[in-house]
Amino acid sequence: MLYTNLKHIESAAEHAKILNENENVMVICGRMGPMCIPVYGIAEDLEDEYKHVKFCDMEFDNPESHVIRNLPEVRGFMGIPFTIYYKNGKVVKATSSIQNRQQVTSILDQYFAATVKA
Amino acid sequence: MDTNNHYDAIVIGAGPAGLTAGIYLSRAKIKTLILNEGTVGGQMVLTHEIANYPGVESISGYQLANIMKKQAKTFGCDIKSNVVISHLSLEGEIKSITLEDGKIFTSHSVILTPGGRSRTLGVPGESELKGKGISYCATCDGDFFTDKEIMVVGGGNSALEEAVSLTKYASKVTIVHQFDHFQAFEHAIEEAKSHPKINFMMESVITSFNGNDNLEGVEVKNLKSGEINHFKTDGVFVFIGYIPNTEFLKGKIELNKWGEIIVKPDMTTSIEGVYAAGDSIAKQFRQVTTAVGEGTIAALAASNFIDKLKSKHKLIPV
Repeated sequence: MLYTNLKHIESAAEHAKILNENENVMVICGRMGPMCIPVYGIAEDLEDEYKHVKFCDMEFDNPESHVIRNLPEVRGFMGIPFTIYYKNGKVVKATSSIQNRQQVTSILDQYFAATVKA
Repeated sequence: MDTNNHYDAIVIGAGPAGLTAGIYLSRAKIKTLILNEGTVGGQMVLTHEIANYPGVESISGYQLANIMKKQAKTFGCDIKSNVVISHLSLEGEIKSITLEDGKIFTSHSVILTPGGRSRTLGVPGESELKGKGISYCATCDGDFFTDKEIMVVGGGNSALEEAVSLTKYASKVTIVHQFDHFQAFEHAIEEAKSHPKINFMMESVITSFNGNDNLEGVEVKNLKSGEINHFKTDGVFVFIGYIPNTEFLKGKIELNKWGEIIVKPDMTTSIEGVYAAGDSIAKQFRQVTTAVGEGTIAALAASNFIDKLKSKHKLIPV
């Protein structure tokens, strides 16, 4: 069980539903370990600032997380968490292992830039 | 001085010491801000289960950190996490802290609780191949290395114990250590030495990691002969201890040769109005309970200092 304040994805069907209903999605697939917890913490902090992004987590040991573990973008990854960034349901970026706030925000800003109306 | 950004006390770090200081200060109606560069909870959140925190039979470090954070916020403490401190001035009656985004916060008192972090090797290829063959957590990533040949760097208890635990997955584990002897407890050394899957490469250091998309090999220097060799490996786990997060305090406050903050029993430092607590101070034992105790002492001492300072300047309306 992941003891975070993020939206927990429990099944492949729920994962598909979230991708279908949200344009920008970040899913952190990990465990409650030292490499994963800092990334959950950063995502929790960013939820208020990046309201146009849906932040979620998924347990790495949940068999349903095959939707993350079998992605071609994570081939060769050997460190959790696997963090996947989806735009309109498509993977635009994936990272392996611990990341800092600057690394996360630079991806969010690059791929999920908020629309600014003139 | 921007009064909105002026506090009675600023706590740097939000591990158990910093959160406790925040709880005590805010509950005493002292306007307090906690600035934290990483995740709230510090090293505590990395502990899967805490079973020796008095009054709580069993709790995850993450949950305990969240309760402490909630307590501090309930009493009115402001917490800003994942910030980067670019400058701080600790001398004088008004201390100031500048963040990377240009925001400046001032206070009468500062409590330093920056904690510590895992040490990295800092050699070429390490940051690029982190998570792609280089790991710092056996429990997290061990199963990616099933039936693979790996290396473990370090010679302390963590390195030897994790090397043994990694034999559950790996076909071969080579321990690379810079000295000709280990610093670990004897039982850990014996267990590693008697394990058939574990080999040793003593008086050696990894000088670079090589690979494109994934780690493919390492360059190792023998410190005795100076000889450099290349080895193929599927993974490297690094366990070379912790360092205090005090780089930003060098030249500003008294540190010992290990970079730990020197404090007196009341948690005062070499600068008036500046206190320190938690894993970053010079001490023998590093536990959540000791950090909480030190955070309490630092908060009470800072509280007394602030009261005296306010009385001196008659800042409190009579």
